[in-house]
Amino acid sequence: MEKELRLMKGNEAVAEAAIRAGVDGYFGYPITPQTEIIEYLMEANPAETTGMVVLQAESEIAAINMVYGGAACGKKVMTSSSSPGISLKQEGITYIAGAELPCLIVNVVRGGPGLGTIQPAQSDYFQATKGGGHGDYHLIVLAPASVQEMADFVDLSFELAFKYRNPVMMLSDGAIGQMMEKVYLSPQKERSKTIPEWATTGKPSTRERNIITSLDLDPNRQELFNRKLLAKYDEIREKEVRFEEFQCEDAEYILVAYGTSARVCQKSVQLAREQGIKAGLLRPITLFPFPTKRINELAGKVKGMLSVEMSAGQMVEDVLLSVNGKVPVYHFGRMGGIVTTPEEVVESLKSKLIGD
Amino acid sequence: MVEFSGIKEIIKPENLVYKKTRIMTENILSYCPGCGHGTAHRILAEIIDEEGLQSEAIGVSPVGCSVFMYNYLDIDWQEAAHGRAPAVATAIKRLLPDKFVFTYQGDGDLAAIGTAETIHSCNRGENILIIFINNGIYGMTGGQMAPTTLPGMKSSTSPYGRDVKTMGYPLKITDIVATLPGSYYVTRQSVHTAANVKKTKKAIRKAVHYQKLNKGTCLIEIVSNCPSGWKMTPVQSNKWMEENMFPYYPLGDLKTPQE
Repeated sequence: MEKELRLMKGNEAVAEAAIRAGVDGYFGYPITPQTEIIEYLMEANPAETTGMVVLQAESEIAAINMVYGGAACGKKVMTSSSSPGISLKQEGITYIAGAELPCLIVNVVRGGPGLGTIQPAQSDYFQATKGGGHGDYHLIVLAPASVQEMADFVDLSFELAFKYRNPVMMLSDGAIGQMMEKVYLSPQKERSKTIPEWATTGKPSTRERNIITSLDLDPNRQELFNRKLLAKYDEIREKEVRFEEFQCEDAEYILVAYGTSARVCQKSVQLAREQGIKAGLLRPITLFPFPTKRINELAGKVKGMLSVEMSAGQMVEDVLLSVNGKVPVYHFGRMGGIVTTPEEVVESLKSKLIGD
Repeated sequence: MVEFSGIKEIIKPENLVYKKTRIMTENILSYCPGCGHGTAHRILAEIIDEEGLQSEAIGVSPVGCSVFMYNYLDIDWQEAAHGRAPAVATAIKRLLPDKFVFTYQGDGDLAAIGTAETIHSCNRGENILIIFINNGIYGMTGGQMAPTTLPGMKSSTSPYGRDVKTMGYPLKITDIVATLPGSYYVTRQSVHTAANVKKTKKAIRKAVHYQKLNKGTCLIEIVSNCPSGWKMTPVQSNKWMEENMFPYYPLGDLKTPQE
């Protein structure tokens, strides 16, 4: 079947893509700049068409725990929020990671800390990629850079979530969530009737009871479980790294940027090249797993790298680790909800890496 | 000393008057001697067995003494974060509407950290059963003040007795739930005597049937004892419960369906 072309906001695209992906349940709570997701779903009323449950919870905490309950039934369930709300969800997220449950969490990031601002930012990178809640765990983190990717990553998220029994975060931002672009939508999928063997759906006489928990008081068993998680993360690092390169073939300087910043940096690469500076862009699509190997390879061929983020400098730490001292690495970023301009990036590249 | 030399002749199927219900697993309960949790578990297990609900039941265990409840009843279980069981159960029931979904929670879990989840799931009229064990204390962490600790009652965090002026009043959350349009059947029971065990079992059986009607949330509070936390013998604790807990938390139905 052919894809349908629509003009939509990123938030709306996520919602429509969720219905079409055959998601079983969405549990959310309003917060700017992502509220269109639940508004769109409530208006679309998929309960009448696909049977998808859409529920406005009393808090982000309740919403993520609903996701826990639904995921533990083997269902495709998701939630969405923005930065302050994602902080509230961290308790539930670590339980979901600890119970090895698949789900999708969309974070349409706004500036912080605290209540911060409602404008776009990329200052939740640490929280998304390093754990966020307590304990040793990782989310799989996808960073869309367009409305199209916000739609496409819904299906991809669930594919990865179920493959690895691991929560997936789509780390978007207020710019991509709010802006309108054309988007090709996949045809409607049937909701899955497959019940994973571990799911709690009522114990038939043919199997042992299923228990979903993240608790084990025995230190030896708990450590074994931690090792199992580490092995899983290693496999994810091995198999699921996704990134995109833009004019890196002959580049002397590499910009590393994801999401909205990556779109700005495409223009920066063009501007730099007009000035005779051979710049290229590496756009991580997965932030966990991070494209460490590729960045390390490129570091052997270039004079320096600039991590461009709408934050005080978070991803730059992963770039530094990847480069491992081969060439200088700097950070450039605007904060407080301000989107970097392409010109600012070029200026920063010149002043920090090239010199006068 | 009585000689039981003939005991092997007595142990015969025809003499069996009481046995472990099939739904209870072989695992040894982690509860202190004299605690009401074991009795409450058993009653629920009996109902699940008698009503043929083993393949329908999905339980949500809390954080607290009954955190390991999933080890004791042979059904599917989810272990929730502290206080979040009603939110977890909400999603299970919405996604699997034909299943029997219940939570089992203590007073700290349900009436302190999980107050919002309790009130709102009941207010939405989620078709779940909430079993609420109220023993007026945090048992698992070693006897701290709970939202339901009585005025003047001593605990490790109210060592001079609960001073309501600084520590607030015991929360009658079951009474609050009974006022919500979304709740369908709300009752307060106990399991400290054979007669009360029968009443509680009857209440759980009713709630199981009500859940099938999809008419709202059922909440059964079981006022119970905590000999270890209260620093009493089991017998003393039950007497103390009758004399002090029941006047504040009177037993009986708070909301019955209009049939």
